[in-house]
Amino acid sequence: MSHTSRARDTDTRTRTIDAMGMRDRAMNSLLRSMVSEGASRIRLVNVFGQRYIATNLAGRVEIDIEGTPGNDLGAFMDGPTVTVHGNVQDGCGNTMNSGAIIVHGRAGDIAGLSMRGGSMLIRDDIGYRGAIHMKAYGDQTPLLVVGGTAQDFFGEYMAGGTAVLLGLTGKPHRARFIGTGMHGGVIYVRGEVQSYQLGKEVAVLQPDAEDLALIEEAVSAYAGCFSASAREILSARFVKLSPVSTRPYGTLYTY
Amino acid sequence: MKSYVLPELEVIRDQARCIRCRVCERQCAWKVHVYDGEDDVMRHCEENCVGCQRCAVFCPTKALAVRPYSGSYRPNANWTDDRIRDLIKQSEAGGVMLTGMGCDKPHRVYWDHLLLNASQVTNPSIDPLREPMELTTYLGAKPERVDLRDGELATELAPQVRIEIPILFSAISYGAISYQAQEALMRAASELGTLCNTGEGGWPASLRKYADNTVVQCASGRFGVDREYLNLAKIVEIKIGQGAKPGIGGHLPGEKVTEAISKTRMIPEGTDALSPAPHHDIYSIEDLAQLVCALKEATDYKKPISVKIAAVHNSAAIASGVVRAGADIIAIDGIRGGTGAAPKIIRDNVGIPIELALAAVDDRLRREGIRNRCSVIAAGGFRNSGDVTKALALGADAVYIGTPALMAMGCTLCQKCYTGICNWGICTQDPYLSKRINPDIAARRLVNLLRGWSLEIKEMLGGLGVNAVESLRGNRLHLRGIALQEWELEVLGVRGAGN
Amino acid sequence: MKDISRINNPYDDDKLTACCSIFGMMSVERRTFSGSDIMTAIASMHDRGNGLGGGFAVYGLYPEYADHYAMHIMFTHSAARQQVEDFLSDGLVIAKSERVPTRSVQAVTDSPDIWRYFVSVKPSKSEAAGEDDYVVRQVMTINTTLDGAYVFSSGKNLGVFKGVGFPEDIGRFFCLDEYEGYLWTAHGRFPTNSQAWWGGAHPFSILDWTVVHNGEISSYGTNRRYLEMFGYTCTMHTDTEVIAYGVDLLVRRHSLPVELLARVLSPPMWTVLSYMEPSERELCQTLRQVYGSLLMNGPFTVIIAHQNEMIGLTDRVRLRPLVAGVKKDMLYLSSEESAIRLICPDLSESWSPMGGEAVIGRVGQPLVPTQSLAAA
Repeated sequence: MSHTSRARDTDTRTRTIDAMGMRDRAMNSLLRSMVSEGASRIRLVNVFGQRYIATNLAGRVEIDIEGTPGNDLGAFMDGPTVTVHGNVQDGCGNTMNSGAIIVHGRAGDIAGLSMRGGSMLIRDDIGYRGAIHMKAYGDQTPLLVVGGTAQDFFGEYMAGGTAVLLGLTGKPHRARFIGTGMHGGVIYVRGEVQSYQLGKEVAVLQPDAEDLALIEEAVSAYAGCFSASAREILSARFVKLSPVSTRPYGTLYTY
Repeated sequence: MKSYVLPELEVIRDQARCIRCRVCERQCAWKVHVYDGEDDVMRHCEENCVGCQRCAVFCPTKALAVRPYSGSYRPNANWTDDRIRDLIKQSEAGGVMLTGMGCDKPHRVYWDHLLLNASQVTNPSIDPLREPMELTTYLGAKPERVDLRDGELATELAPQVRIEIPILFSAISYGAISYQAQEALMRAASELGTLCNTGEGGWPASLRKYADNTVVQCASGRFGVDREYLNLAKIVEIKIGQGAKPGIGGHLPGEKVTEAISKTRMIPEGTDALSPAPHHDIYSIEDLAQLVCALKEATDYKKPISVKIAAVHNSAAIASGVVRAGADIIAIDGIRGGTGAAPKIIRDNVGIPIELALAAVDDRLRREGIRNRCSVIAAGGFRNSGDVTKALALGADAVYIGTPALMAMGCTLCQKCYTGICNWGICTQDPYLSKRINPDIAARRLVNLLRGWSLEIKEMLGGLGVNAVESLRGNRLHLRGIALQEWELEVLGVRGAGN
Repeated sequence: MKDISRINNPYDDDKLTACCSIFGMMSVERRTFSGSDIMTAIASMHDRGNGLGGGFAVYGLYPEYADHYAMHIMFTHSAARQQVEDFLSDGLVIAKSERVPTRSVQAVTDSPDIWRYFVSVKPSKSEAAGEDDYVVRQVMTINTTLDGAYVFSSGKNLGVFKGVGFPEDIGRFFCLDEYEGYLWTAHGRFPTNSQAWWGGAHPFSILDWTVVHNGEISSYGTNRRYLEMFGYTCTMHTDTEVIAYGVDLLVRRHSLPVELLARVLSPPMWTVLSYMEPSERELCQTLRQVYGSLLMNGPFTVIIAHQNEMIGLTDRVRLRPLVAGVKKDMLYLSSEESAIRLICPDLSESWSPMGGEAVIGRVGQPLVPTQSLAAA
C-alpha cells in the first residue's frame, strides 16, 4: 500500500464489519477494500480468532476491534491505529513499521516481534518473548508498554526500541531470562527484578534524566489510553535494563 | 649391531633463517640438534628425531621443519614402510615392541560416518547463547521409579555425582605423566566442574585438595590404594581393562619410578611397577561383584563405584554382567584409547572401536531393561565436540578424554611416551623436562579447550531442538550413517542418511 | 501379522510430526453437555489443521455401561470384525456390541466400519494379570497383529471418535452433538506427510488416558527407547503415543500423583532448583535424575485426560501456546483464546500458564477463581 496521502476525500463515517463466521481472508480483503475506498474509521465486531487483521495496511486508518482477534494482528502494519476491546493472541505487532496498537486486555506470546516503529500499549500482562528482536532504525524507535507483567524472555535479542513493564496488575515480575541476547534498545521496569531473572547481556542501572523523560512519555501514553493516573504510576521506582555491549559475543569464536 | 632401519623423520633447517640461538638444542632431549662451535653452525642427526615438533615450534625464526623422511622403501601396499621398519627394529632389538598413545592404524573411524540432525520448521532450533541449555549430568545408578509416602519423597537414590559438562578427564597415571601435567588436569577439572581420573598410579598427597573433582582407580596393581585414597574421592573406579591394551597388564619401567612416584604408588624406588593383567581377585563375574561390594563397604555406600572395561567383541554381554554385579557406572574404552606404554602389536590389533561397542552396550542394556542401573561413560579416541555429541546420541551419559587433554598441553603424538623422554614435559619424570609444563598455563589451555567444546555441544543440541542433554542421550534418531555398510548401520542402530 | 507402523507411517519417517490445534473443556461438577460447543471451538481453529485428521475424546458418555470397558474399534473389512470379535470373546464378556452411529457428511469419505463393544474381563483372566493390564495387552494384540482392525479407545465410560477430515466434520460424522459428556477434548491435525489412515488421527488413547498434543518432541528417540524398557511398544511413531505411555507408566504403574507429572515431563531448569525449598528441591532433583529420559524436549502443548481429570501442560520454555479459561464449574483449555471466547464470551478468568506449570481440572474440586501468571 502507498504511504503517500490519498488524493480523494477520506470518509469519516465509521464503517462496521460483522466478522461472525467470516474467514480471515474474506474479512481482511473487505477491510482492505474499505480502506482503499477511503474509509478512515472501521469497526470490526464479533471477531473470534481471525488472523492477520490490519496486516500490511498503511495510512491513517482507525480500526476498532471487539472480540478476540487471532494471531499476527497488525503484522507488517505501517500507519493505522488499531484498538482492541479484548485480549489479543500471539504475534501482535509482528514486524510492525509504524502506527499504534492499543489493547484493552492481555497479549499472548511474541508481542512486538521485530517491531521497527510505532507503539503498542497493552493494558494488562503479556506472554513469552515480548519485544523479541525489536529494532530501531534512523529516527524510528518502537515503543512497547505493558501495564502488567511479562513472562519469560522479555526483550530477548532486543536491538533497539523501548520496552516498559509497569507492574500494575498487582503481580510481582516473575519473568526469567529478561533481555537475554539484548544488544540495543532499553527496558524500563517499574518494581523489582532480581539479578537472577536477567540475561547476562543486561545490566541494571538507575534511570538518568533522559531515561526519566522517556519513561514519563511512555507512562503518559499508557495512562491516556487506559484512564490511569500517570502521576501515581510515576511515583514508584523504575529500574533501567541496558545491554552491556553491542557485541556481546566478541570472544565467542576461535578464528 | 649396525642398524639397518631407515630414519622415520628428517629435519630441514633453513640456514639463512637460523641465527644459531641454540634453542632447538636446549629444547630437544633426544639430542637431535648440536651446535658446532668451530663452524658456527647447527647440525642435527635425524636418527634420534621422534617428530615431536618441539624445536619447530620454539625456533624463534621458524627455520626448522620436521617431516617424514623423504626417502622410502619401494612402494608396497602389503609391506608398508612402517611395517618394514618395525620388522627390522625387532630383529635388531629382540623383545616386544613398545609404543605410546592411541592406535594410529586406519581402522574405520565411525564418528566420521555419522551425521547429526537439526530441527527445521516442525520444531524450532534453540539458541544456546540466549536460551537455557543444560549439560548438567548426574552419574550414578538410578532406580526404576520414584516412590512417595504421604506426598513426601520416599525413594533414596544410590550415590550420584554431578558434573557440569558430560566430559571427564580420562585415567592417566602419575608416572605415565609428570606431576605438573596431572596437577593441570585436576585444576582444570575443578574449574570446569567435572572430574579427573587419577589413573592407576596413585594420588599424590598434594593433589588431594582436588578431591571433589577426582575419580580414583583401583587397578590390578592396587597402587596407592588405602583408606584415605578411597574415602576422599568422588568415585572409585575398578580398572579391568584399557582400550589401548585389552587383556594385558601395565608396566612402568624402574627408571620412571622416582622417589616421588615411589611414595605415591607405595612401592620401592627404582623397581618396576607392574600391573598384572587380571586383578588376581577377579577371575569370574561373581568375583567382580565381590570387589564392587567390598569397595562399597569401604566407602560406606556413599560413592558410586565405576568399572572400566576395554571394548572387545563381547562387550555387550560383559557390560550386562558388570551392571548386574552392582557397578553404578561402567566406562568403556575403545581401541583408539591412549596409553603411556603398550606393545605396539596389541595396541593396533586388539579391541574394537568405541563407536560400535557403545552402541552395542547401550542397546543390550536397554533390551535387558537395566540401562538405568548405571551411567555409561565412553572413552577412546574422541577428537572434537562432534565426536562427543555423537557419542551422547549413541547412548553415553558422558565421555572420558585423554589424548585431547594431553594435546591441549602440547602433546603431538610422537608415540614415545614409554621412553620417559618427552620434550613437552608431559609424560616424563625428568625434572628438567617436566618443568616445561606450567600448571597454570596448562590448566588454562585445558579449560579453553573444554569451554570451546561445551559451547559447540550446546550449539549442536540447540540445533537439534533440545535444551537438556538428557534428551539426546541414546536418541539414535538424531543420527544418520553415511558411507556405511548395512551391518554397520545395524550395529550402530542408525539409519542411512537420506533414509 | 501386520506392520502397523507401515500402515500409519507409509514413508517410514523416524516419526510422524503433526502440528495442530487442541481444545479441552470439562465441568468439575461432572455436569454433562453435548459436543456442539467443542465442535464450534475446534472449527474456529480450522487453519491450524489441514483436514488430514480430527478427533475427540468424550468422558461420561456411557453411564449405563459405566463399569464396562468401552472399546471403539474400526474395521476396514468385514472379515476383520469377525476375527476381532472371536478374539475378544476369549477373555472378555461382551455385554453389548453395535455399530457406532454416524451421519453422512460430504467432506468425510472412505470411512471404515466403526463399532463399539462394552466388555468386562472374565474372572479367569483377571486373576492371572490385573484387569487393566489384560485389556491393554488385548488391545496391543489387536492393533499389532489382527489385520484390518484398530482400537480407538478402550477405557471405561470413555469414547474416542476420530478420523481423516477436519475435526468439525468428524464431529458431525459421529453425531457428537447428540452425546452428553462431562469432559471433552478435541484435536485438529496438520501432519507433514499425507496419509489417509483413520487410526492415525488423534486423540491417542490407552485405557482411560487420552492425549491430544500440539508440537514436536525432539527427545522422542530418547523417550521411546526408555519406555520400551518397560514393555511399551511404540508402534504409532507419534509423540502423542509416547506421551500417553509415559503418563500411563508414571501415574498408573508408578503411582506418582498427577501434580508431579509436570515435574517429570517439563522439569524446571537445574538453576531454578537452587531457589527452591530443600524438600521441594530434593524431590524435583530426584524426579529428574530418575526420569530424565522422560523429559519431553521440544515445543509442545498437551491436554491429557482421564476419569475425572483434565491436565493442560506446555514445554519448559513455552514454545507452543496454551490458554486456560474458567467460568463457574467449567474449565477450558485451548491453543487459542479466541476459540474459548467463541463459545464462552464472558469468562470469569483467563490466563496463559507458564511453561512447565500444569493446569489441572478435577471433578469435585472447585476452580480457583484467581489464576494468574504469578500463580504458584
